[in-house]
Amino acid sequence: MAMQMVPPDWPGNLWAHWAVFTVIIVVFILVSVLMFIWFERRAMAVMQARLGPNRAGPFGLFQSAADALKVMIKEDIVPSRSDSVVHWLAPVVAFVPVMMVFAVVPFQGGALLADLNVGILYVVAISSVTTLGIFMAGWASNNKYSLLGAMRQVASVVSYEIPVVLSLVGVILLTGSLSLQQIVQAQDIPFILVQPLGFLLFFTGALAEINRAPFDLTEADSELVAGYMTEYSGMKFGLFFLAEYAEALVISALVTTLFLGGWRGPLLPDWLWFLVKVGAVFFVIVWIRTTVPRVRIDHLMALAWKFLFPLALINLLVTAVEMLVWPDVSLWLLVPINFAVMIVLVLIWSKFFKLGWGRVNV
Amino acid sequence: MTTTREIAIQTEPFVVNFGPAHPSTHGVFRMLTTLDGEVIVAMEPVFGYLHRGIEKLAEERTYGGCIPLTDRLDYLASMSNNFAYCLAVEKLAGIEVPERAEYIRVIMAELQRIASHLIAIGAFLNDCGAFQTPIVYMIREREKILDLFDMVCGQRLTYNYMRVGGVSQDIPEEFVPALKKFLKEMPGWIKEYDRLLKENEILLARAKGVGILSKEMAINTSASGPVLRASGVEWDIRRADPYSIYDRFEFDIPTGTAGDCYDRYRVRIEEMRQSLRILEQAAAQISPGDFRSEVPHLVRPPAGEAYGRLESPKGELGFYLVSDGSIAPYRFHVRAPAFINLTALSDMMRGWKVADAIIIFGSIDICMGEVDR
Repeated sequence: MAMQMVPPDWPGNLWAHWAVFTVIIVVFILVSVLMFIWFERRAMAVMQARLGPNRAGPFGLFQSAADALKVMIKEDIVPSRSDSVVHWLAPVVAFVPVMMVFAVVPFQGGALLADLNVGILYVVAISSVTTLGIFMAGWASNNKYSLLGAMRQVASVVSYEIPVVLSLVGVILLTGSLSLQQIVQAQDIPFILVQPLGFLLFFTGALAEINRAPFDLTEADSELVAGYMTEYSGMKFGLFFLAEYAEALVISALVTTLFLGGWRGPLLPDWLWFLVKVGAVFFVIVWIRTTVPRVRIDHLMALAWKFLFPLALINLLVTAVEMLVWPDVSLWLLVPINFAVMIVLVLIWSKFFKLGWGRVNV
Repeated sequence: MTTTREIAIQTEPFVVNFGPAHPSTHGVFRMLTTLDGEVIVAMEPVFGYLHRGIEKLAEERTYGGCIPLTDRLDYLASMSNNFAYCLAVEKLAGIEVPERAEYIRVIMAELQRIASHLIAIGAFLNDCGAFQTPIVYMIREREKILDLFDMVCGQRLTYNYMRVGGVSQDIPEEFVPALKKFLKEMPGWIKEYDRLLKENEILLARAKGVGILSKEMAINTSASGPVLRASGVEWDIRRADPYSIYDRFEFDIPTGTAGDCYDRYRVRIEEMRQSLRILEQAAAQISPGDFRSEVPHLVRPPAGEAYGRLESPKGELGFYLVSDGSIAPYRFHVRAPAFINLTALSDMMRGWKVADAIIIFGSIDICMGEVDR
């Protein structure tokens, strides 16, 4: 894996760079996860005509900190007849990859741990390791709810990995690079305009991969109590919880980087633009969560294989042909074409693809 | 029943115990499900965790003293329980009820139906995984109804409002204007729920065609209420065997066609609209008068038996009373609609997935206080 050395505007050597950015990433993830939890609870409360946390600190800001403290001092219970080593290892396996993904996400120009030239490949490969942790948790807990949740997780990730990766290839074709840094630099117009269908597919697939509503089957609270987390308590549960929100953070950051122009924007400083965009994407995730009911496992599979997968392939084909026919054309010209393609395709597919009661029997 | 398949990997069904403490069992209900992967092979309902011996307790109490016990049956529809019990006692003792009291009772029962359906729909949508949004909105509206109840009897859950021969106290002056204000606002709210989820693709996919209870099956299991009407049987005791003054009101009986979860959901929404129609007529017609007839403190009905029934939010709620001429009922039996509707559950669930089982169960709308008594 060829690592491009320290970006030129960064003083010091590689190890100093590595140490500083590791600390930045860990702190960034921990703090923003706590903020995200607070933000989600407040935003959901507003959408649900209630107040939300408002006791600890101004606007309940310290609620997450209090919860984190509580989780840390709670007793760690390991169920009898569980596989205790795997039970212990699972939260770590689930959490570490999420942190590692951030190594290649640029917070602003040059501000990233490692500008890998295989960035996207790295992200895709590393982020799916989390599934292993979740399956380990489900298996080791010796609990049927956990096992069911873990099985659902593996099934959904195996299916959704394909359309998610395929929808990213469009972006790669446009930039000719896998490095996230260079992808942002190539976005004179945000790729959400050039690749609207790719964005739609990626976002949907990513929601399914990180188990956010409406695809939160893995921990479906009304069916499986808490899914794979049922037998976890104390800080191990805390790690899973952290991993879950950190995954949402990763997806928000990836959507920002790949489709919304990363740190680029007028007026505000670069890093602030990045944070604002990440927050906006996370808000959309929360919004979806409060709005729609959960899908069923077979509908989830049908959506991946009958809807997202073919559309991702067509999107890839269309982008490739465009790149081949007009290699030097202005991207602005592609915007209306790709929007038209997206609308036509989605209309056609939704015409003969219906979940459940429709014409296609799933 | 084994569904072992001789493929490379052998699979075998396993038993999962949903409940008695589970987020979506609506109380302490337990489903012993046998699963083949995600598919339900068999389901055995287990209940009795909330048994308090109400039927036996009632035999030690006077006829009036039983009314608080009925509050604790279906605690989401206490007014209907009071009403049904009073109907039975009045039938047994041959007591007349003044007209104003009848109107008050009808108003309370219909408000209670709306309140109970709001919880039923909200809980059903919650089981579908609509993360708490619908139920919070519905609880907001239920609060308004509880405020109205609070106004007449000072209680918000166990009202103990109705008495043999009438109601415990007259409605205050400000009640009817408050009721009319509520009637004006409620249709807009119902429209809001419809907008929220009626045409939602995921909800349609989850609920349409799922958990079908056929017409014959519904009749054979003597299901009643919205569960029966969603299967296409137009059976509503308010129309089939009018009690109180229900013959004076105009209303429709909404029915479904398929008998699936979606129909049960739609029937409940429509029933709320019809209840509003009845309430409007009742609020316009109610006139001053006595709120209770002259009834001795200790009712001593002649020896005999009576069955009083009404259309509670969950179905046919009946009280079967046997009198031996003393001040306490000799036998006090409750025909609990939720309990009888549950008997069809096992057949409705077989062959569906775990996620469906939860919403089929949610769509029946049970209240464990009534099932276990």
